[in-house]
Amino acid sequence: MNRAIYDLIGLSAGVCFILALKGLSHPRTARRGNLIGALGATIATLVVFFYASEGSSLPLNNLGWILGAMVIGLLIGVPAARKVQMTQMPQLVALFNGVGGGAAALVAIVEYLRLGDGATVAEVVATVFTVIVGCVSFSGSIITFMKLQELMTTRPVVFPGGRFVIAGTLVSVLGCGGWVISALGTTPLLILAGLSLLFGVLFVLPVGGADVPIVISLLNAFTGLTVAASGYVLDSTLLIIAGTLVGASGTILTRLMAEAMGRSLFGTLFGAFTAKPQDVAVGGETRPVRSGSPDDVAILLNYARRVVIVPGFGLAVAQAQHTVRELADLLTAKGIDVAYGIHPVAGRMPGHMNVLLAEANVPYEQLAEMDEVNPTFPQTDVALIIGANDVVNPAAKNTPGCPIYGMPILDVSLAGNVIFLKRSMRPGFAGIENELLYDPKTTLLFGDAKASLTKVVGALKSL
Amino acid sequence: MEPMAIVAIFVLAVFVGFEVVSKVSSTLHTPLMSGANAIHGVILVGAIIVADHSSTNLELGLSVAAIILATINMVGGFVVTDRMLEMFKGKGKERTKAPK
Repeated sequence: MNRAIYDLIGLSAGVCFILALKGLSHPRTARRGNLIGALGATIATLVVFFYASEGSSLPLNNLGWILGAMVIGLLIGVPAARKVQMTQMPQLVALFNGVGGGAAALVAIVEYLRLGDGATVAEVVATVFTVIVGCVSFSGSIITFMKLQELMTTRPVVFPGGRFVIAGTLVSVLGCGGWVISALGTTPLLILAGLSLLFGVLFVLPVGGADVPIVISLLNAFTGLTVAASGYVLDSTLLIIAGTLVGASGTILTRLMAEAMGRSLFGTLFGAFTAKPQDVAVGGETRPVRSGSPDDVAILLNYARRVVIVPGFGLAVAQAQHTVRELADLLTAKGIDVAYGIHPVAGRMPGHMNVLLAEANVPYEQLAEMDEVNPTFPQTDVALIIGANDVVNPAAKNTPGCPIYGMPILDVSLAGNVIFLKRSMRPGFAGIENELLYDPKTTLLFGDAKASLTKVVGALKSL
Repeated sequence: MEPMAIVAIFVLAVFVGFEVVSKVSSTLHTPLMSGANAIHGVILVGAIIVADHSSTNLELGLSVAAIILATINMVGGFVVTDRMLEMFKGKGKERTKAPK
């Protein structure tokens, strides 16, 4: 196949990716958009097997190894993607992004080893960029994965002098990059990879749990740029187009997400250093709270005229989306006005709750975004908060310096009654105490969200 | 390739990337991120190219690792995005069926 045809096919794959991103931006075309993207990726992958790059011939060298490795990748990737539960999807996306960054870094390293002294300065610069950013994306994503999977603490990890260590590491990464560019050699490149991996870890550690989705999106954009840079080294137009597209759209998406949380990107990444560490009382809490029985909750709901349900991560963990729908249907049948108040970042990812409630066929009209639902809370009799905490925490409004300060919240405290379905008194993902739990108009029902909801539904039916 | 052509491609792709996702509702943030994540799995193409070029065992070993990782990224990414969107589709169907 000659170069022109190869490039044209690559370009058509690039067009597929543009259409994919475009489609993914609208609810009606999203699924088709994703399939177009998959088609583009398939075309791009197939065509490489039919083009001999300079100094190479068909069939490709090491063909058996290449196909074998792809089969292994398929055998790992497909079952992981199919079997993962909805609750664990954010972690999986983080992990997929990390391995992509790792792959880009490896590609750059191999090409560097092969080119040796023959590499041009521009190629070496692109290689250095790919290795640094790819490694940061890889190790950073692994840390976000561990935070989301709760293999490690979800709170910001800050150690004394942390910012100096991070700044020092960044300086040595850049210095080492300069060393590779000026001296050329395998050892400096491997040191560079190691330092970059370390920097990725340090970079993500101080980010608080609730901000992790923003970081995943940012690392996603990073990986896109590394793909573009390796496209330059490998002389592949397709990789440049695809990588740049992801880098640019990922940057915008990161900004949109940060806006949805009312944070600046800078605040998200470095907030832990400027905020005063908060003493969070975990356990040993002795202030009185009012806990109720499922019957109490059912009675409160039964005599309400308007109920707003605020779902959070606890709903996802308990897989209670179907039960909550049953409850909402029951209330609607009694003539009670029911709406779901969806915080843009409820759960572990923006849009997490929409995905979950869509699975339970909750009518689209009942889902209200934050701006829509907030003005209605004063007319709401009961705000039913299911497994959510940070997104209704008034600390975001009135405690300057706490990690979520400035994040817009759902003003559930304006409702007549507030009911929390919680597993325990443990603070939410961001690790901050919620004053609302101690409010006199708050009723707490402890237990697994699904079990609690089932009991409430039962109690409501027998009223 | 001409350096200027590369710069042109890069700049245009940046603007296209900005433009296509400039207005997207927060409902779709997660699937969009996941879909974009799958797209950068095309680094698989790069991994295959370097595997083809590999002449030493070290190079081949690293490229094989890159191919495995890139395949996981690409295929897993598209499958998981589709699973997320499947749920939206179910809802859409019901909406169009419901009498207005």
